Amino acid sequence: MAIADTSRKGRRRSPLFGIAKKTGSTLLTIAVTMLGLLFVTFFIGRVMPVDPVLSIVGERATQEQYMDVYLELGLDKPLFTQFFIYLGDVVQGDFGKSLRTGFPVWDDVTRVFPATMELATLGTLIGVFIGVPLGVIAAVKRGTWIDQVARVVALIGYSMPVFWLAIIGLMVLYGKLGWVSGPGRVDIFLEDIVPSVTGMILIDSIIARDWDIFWNAVSHIILPASLLGYYSLAYISRMTRSFMLEQLGEEYITTARVKGMSEWAVVWKHAFGNIKVPLITVIALSYAGLLEGSVLTEIIFSWPGIGKYITISLLSADMNAVMGGTVVVGLVFVLLNIFAELLYKIFDPRAK
Amino acid sequence: MSLSDTQKPSLKEWLLTDTPTSRRHARAASLYQAWLSLKSNHMAMLGLGILMLLVILAALASVLAPADPFVQDLALRLTPPIWQSDRDPGIEGYILGSDSLGRDILSRLLYGSRITLYIVTLVALMAPIVGLLVGTIAGYTGGWLDIVLMRITDIFLAFPRLILALAFVATLGAGIENAVLAISLTAWPPYARIARAETLTIRNSDYIHAVRLQGAGTMRIITKHIWPLCISSLVVRVTLDMAGIILAAAGLGFLGLGAQPPSPEWGAMISEGRKFILDHWWVATMPGLAIFTVSLAFNLLGDGLRDVLDPKDGAS
Repeated sequence: MAIADTSRKGRRRSPLFGIAKKTGSTLLTIAVTMLGLLFVTFFIGRVMPVDPVLSIVGERATQEQYMDVYLELGLDKPLFTQFFIYLGDVVQGDFGKSLRTGFPVWDDVTRVFPATMELATLGTLIGVFIGVPLGVIAAVKRGTWIDQVARVVALIGYSMPVFWLAIIGLMVLYGKLGWVSGPGRVDIFLEDIVPSVTGMILIDSIIARDWDIFWNAVSHIILPASLLGYYSLAYISRMTRSFMLEQLGEEYITTARVKGMSEWAVVWKHAFGNIKVPLITVIALSYAGLLEGSVLTEIIFSWPGIGKYITISLLSADMNAVMGGTVVVGLVFVLLNIFAELLYKIFDPRAK
Repeated sequence: MSLSDTQKPSLKEWLLTDTPTSRRHARAASLYQAWLSLKSNHMAMLGLGILMLLVILAALASVLAPADPFVQDLALRLTPPIWQSDRDPGIEGYILGSDSLGRDILSRLLYGSRITLYIVTLVALMAPIVGLLVGTIAGYTGGWLDIVLMRITDIFLAFPRLILALAFVATLGAGIENAVLAISLTAWPPYARIARAETLTIRNSDYIHAVRLQGAGTMRIITKHIWPLCISSLVVRVTLDMAGIILAAAGLGFLGLGAQPPSPEWGAMISEGRKFILDHWWVATMPGLAIFTVSLAFNLLGDGLRDVLDPKDGAS
């Protein structure tokens, strides 16, 4: 913030105006993107060759019952009118009811989203704490065996089908060795014991001071989180390496070395200090990718997250749930993107 | 490559000259130089080698496959691979074992490589071209068209990719062609972004102004002067994305929304093998290794191509 303020002081014209204008255009961008997202999902939902009425009334309903539901759902109205009615409901926070679970979609989504968030957060943490140092070391020791190892680790991460690795991981670590627990968030007899505060079992069990459940949840989450962590590690370490290489080639690094500064300070204080902002952007994007719900991982580990929720709803033609879920996921993605962009603008005066 | 070796040495000199005599000559020379620097990258050459092998295997699948990939033999179901088999080595075939219906896994993998190549080729043809069109038009014309096109791009980017592909396939019906369409629909936005960024930097360069002063129209400028410059960064990106496309296609196949049984698509094979994973590891493991090898090859080649064609963000 401080940088942004000093750089604006030169101009006298009210800085508030500029901020308000920027905020306004950002909000407009979000609104337009969300509107488009809603429209595309709505359209896909209506084009889908599944009759929403039939899935409510069932095969054996009379013509009369069928028509009642048909009219109740507003399907007799033109497509655009239907869209605007839906839009009006969504703006009021009403995503309709899920046909599959019978609950309001909003309740469903707020229930499943923390599960995805728990997994994505842990995965990103693993990715950051291993990926960033790995990338930095690879850049500093460029061309050595460490660099090669880092490169191979990342390339394997880019090339491995996640669902396959998940299956093999389950087979070896759970099936053969028994080191970790199988699919699900906790063992089945431990489910729904700790009161749900955040919806994330790891945190809830800490709050409830129930260590049995906590360790059980850890043994369940460790494998899927490590898998996701590996994928984000691959991405983050490559990006860190190329950012660092760019900085290490700069003249100010040579100057610092000539001054007799220790290599540690040169690397971590000077070079690393300058890649923090783009690095945070990369991490935010990778986090957003994981928050979208890694559909395949969630399905294989029976993880009750948003990706699994949307997929199963989609396969059972529960369009309200699909649209609601997609819109929430899309919103999170857009917000994280804008957050990353904002960071750039605040901390990097060159990006103006 | 072999051209330069087999023909007269003058060809090499012709290709390496500093003073090209025609446009085609200059283009051939720069391609040759790119090839030379790619050739010195062992990893990239390894990737290229694997991919060429894949093409050959796919083309000759009907000759090389020891068995018909669709013929079932329930008596010999779930036979382990040859090195784990307790049976007599007298049983022909089943080098990589058989699946739950007694089909030869190696033959299925060979035929499956055709499906993989088919998907990869189609997506590689569709997505970048759509992205190139959208990106260059948006970048060159600017104004409201730019805003509208980029908003649409953002909307598609904001979608969870696999879920969007799933939704399209669910709408259009499961099958390879629809999977290709769905993957292309989710894959084009990044290309549009790249093409637009390139166009914006090119648009105001002096030579574009010069061409415009000579009376070239928008169409001509975009197709003849902007596209050729966007292509190299797109080629790099496409090669690097190929792995992702293969993984996405396999993911759709795994969920039962891609190629339909009994088609030997690799992702679908993993999904079939998943049920038997604890006692019969090879059924799901083999196709996974195949997917891994091919996407690794694309990544290796893409990495090398980036160093050659687009050195500014490779830095390695």
